[in-house]
Amino acid sequence: MSAASVRDDAGQAPDPRFGRPLADPPLDPDVKLDVDALLEGLEDYRPRRRGWTWRRQVPDQRHYEFTYRETAESLERSVPLPAAHYFDNIDPQPDCVITTEIASGRPEDDIRRMRMAAWHGADHIMVIRTAGQSHMDGLLEGTPEGVGGIAITRKQLRLSRRALDLIEDEVGRPINFHSYVSGVAGPEIAVMFAEEGVNGAHQDPQYNVLYRNINMYRSFVDAAVAKHIMAAAGIAQIDGAHNANATAVRAWKVMPELLVQHAINCAYSEAVGMLKDRICLSTVPPDASPAPCMRMDLPYAIALRDLFGEYKMRAQQNTRYMESDSRDATVSHVMNLMISRLTSADIQSTITPDEGRNVPWHYNNIAAVDTAKQSLVGMDGLREMVKVDREAPELKSRVREIKERAVLFLEAMLEDGGYFAGVEKAYFVDSGEYPETHDDGIGRDSQGGVAAGSIVPRADDYLAPVCHHFGENHLELLAGFGVAAPETGRACDIIGGCTLCDDAKVPFIDELDPTDNATVRLAQTAEQRERGLITPEVEWAGDGIVAVTMFLPAAEPVAEAAALEIGRAMNLTDCEVIHKRVMHPAEGTLIELKGRLDVAIDPATLTLPEPPDLLDDEEIRDFVHEHGVKCVAATVGEDEHSVGMREIIDIKHGGLEKWGFGVTYLGTSVPIEKVLDAAIEHAARAVLISTIITHAEVHRDMMRKLADLAEEKGVRDRLLLIAGGTQVTDEIARDSGMDAGFGRKTKGIHVASFIVREMRARGL
Amino acid sequence: MAREDTFAEARKHLAGLADADLEARFWELSRRCTDPLVELARTHTSPSIERSVLMRMGIDSPTCRAVVSECEARGLLGHGAGHVVLVAMRAWGTDAPTAAARLAAGEGWDLAAAKWGGAR
Repeated sequence: MSAASVRDDAGQAPDPRFGRPLADPPLDPDVKLDVDALLEGLEDYRPRRRGWTWRRQVPDQRHYEFTYRETAESLERSVPLPAAHYFDNIDPQPDCVITTEIASGRPEDDIRRMRMAAWHGADHIMVIRTAGQSHMDGLLEGTPEGVGGIAITRKQLRLSRRALDLIEDEVGRPINFHSYVSGVAGPEIAVMFAEEGVNGAHQDPQYNVLYRNINMYRSFVDAAVAKHIMAAAGIAQIDGAHNANATAVRAWKVMPELLVQHAINCAYSEAVGMLKDRICLSTVPPDASPAPCMRMDLPYAIALRDLFGEYKMRAQQNTRYMESDSRDATVSHVMNLMISRLTSADIQSTITPDEGRNVPWHYNNIAAVDTAKQSLVGMDGLREMVKVDREAPELKSRVREIKERAVLFLEAMLEDGGYFAGVEKAYFVDSGEYPETHDDGIGRDSQGGVAAGSIVPRADDYLAPVCHHFGENHLELLAGFGVAAPETGRACDIIGGCTLCDDAKVPFIDELDPTDNATVRLAQTAEQRERGLITPEVEWAGDGIVAVTMFLPAAEPVAEAAALEIGRAMNLTDCEVIHKRVMHPAEGTLIELKGRLDVAIDPATLTLPEPPDLLDDEEIRDFVHEHGVKCVAATVGEDEHSVGMREIIDIKHGGLEKWGFGVTYLGTSVPIEKVLDAAIEHAARAVLISTIITHAEVHRDMMRKLADLAEEKGVRDRLLLIAGGTQVTDEIARDSGMDAGFGRKTKGIHVASFIVREMRARGL
Repeated sequence: MAREDTFAEARKHLAGLADADLEARFWELSRRCTDPLVELARTHTSPSIERSVLMRMGIDSPTCRAVVSECEARGLLGHGAGHVVLVAMRAWGTDAPTAAARLAAGEGWDLAAAKWGGAR
């Protein structure tokens, strides 16, 4: 697939500033990513574009029978929400960009997860950095394994971006790739991101100062240069204010300060050359239930959007009050999403529901993306009917109050000597709501921290002969080297072009460590890949981790110990309880256990069920027309469910009526005798009964009774007996005297194909 | 210093401001906070900034590290590490990566000393 097939922001061809993209063959949706092949030839890989891409919104978009108010262009390939099969398999895409954060620590495993996330609707892939990289004064190279994230290197960026090019073609939507321009190597990382086509990045010097204890002068001096380069490359910036929320003792008290932190980064970014539509505020609803969180957080969300309306909103989800309970986290996140829908979000970030207990697992990235998509689509257009009442007294006064408190914070900080003095005096991350203070904020010494004393005044002849360089730069000195001043040329003409002007100049280093790299790691699992062996995994290929959910009828401490014993009995090693929840102090405990299973299944040894062989519409219609096939259908037993049966029968659901079957539906809770009498009376060829599965095996009795009664009345041979229900299987039905059974996800075409084929076989 | 919530008292001078004026004040104060930070950045540089200049000159990361670290040791950072490499390029008639590699190997620092003095 050519690079030109990807639609970017302006619908343009690939960025001419980059060299020619590699001609990788397009992905086949039925074939895994070839990680080994993607690692080959990275020295020649060049990205296809620079800068951020927003989704293309489609007003009043039609899908199936519905009209959507807040959706974007659809994907060409995707996995829709679980219930989509009731709705013609539509997969509406919300209007905002959806983020997923990936932190496996191994680039070769990250890219497989990126592909899965993209199919579920993520178009902003954020890779978390390995612990400690922010304190490394300089760049890393190669693909060393990270801890809680990945070593961000040129090779890792190229591998990921190369895979994302293929993935975005596969799903049919541009994907933004994102990481961090923070720490003591910010300007270098910004240059590398511009060179390697990274589309978004976190950049906020306050993050360095407050949470990484990097010297404040160094952080701000570096940030100006980094931001200026990001601006030149169209990279979207996300700030770091959400960390105050995640760190605060009482998160509901930091709202005034959050406004101040956003403002410092926004004002600073603009002053050094960034455009407002590339400056995104990382904003989190600060609270969680059991606090009345929505009533507390909505005024804050509104105050923020009042003040920062010209900037972009990156709505993050709450992590401050996340526990190990993934259900609890998901509910919090849905409430966060409701705030996004009631106010606004340009980027909707997602936090995996397992982040409270481990580094996110593959399927929890997907769960989080699905939660966002499901909630945003489900609340589509809600704002037209449910409006925030800006005049409600509590809301109005609280919005005003938060803004006033923020202004008081700024006034006092200026009075005290400005931003740096404020940080020294621990204004930030105090657990009091300003002007209340608890004297527990984070204070930093302006002369201390990592890389203290490392900034140097630019001399009168300071010169940097490159483009997009922020600050004093005596380019007039270039005349002394015999080249034109930059008014007539470029700053980099003297060196024959810088890497931001001449892509061919970008250097590439492969690996610096001969043992700690992706190729060595992949060699360990090569046999598995070659033979297609299947080992369960949550993070890395072949990690063997499985999770087991169990209810144990014991008090919590006993249940936990018992669970570990049970794990060992299941042949799991490295067992660990990852979640527990008391059901009742004495009656029992829910336990989620993880462990490692040493198993590799060879798919060649497996027997797979035959996929149903379906007839085409015309063939069924002709047969039914010729034979005049009639059916009698009923829900039997003490069962009032009729939806499933209706789906099989009704023409509007693509049921049997579609092909001309004459179907008599007798209703719900119909006695078996009545079903058979009706079949005889209507000269039916097929009898369809729907049952629920019960503990008492009533469903088997019902089937058996129908078969026996048909035998008794001498009509068994000329009748097709068919049973259906959400948990019915063909095996259960045949064991109970039926000709066929149909379970969940059955469509009319399955039943129609069976009837036609069976009638032919029996010569009916 | 711990302090009770004095909001009711402290807000008095803001109470009469219209919402738009309050918001304008918020931004005016924010810019007053950041103006000196921008000025600091405009007039200073750092090892990472200088490495980012060398990177843009097409120099690989280990070489950037070596050259900037030597510039730092020799007190040359304020003139710009790119400036130092440029001087070497012109003296030797090479491109930037070649000049930087030679500087990283210890050659050519006399050129910088001749221009700026201050050899260590």
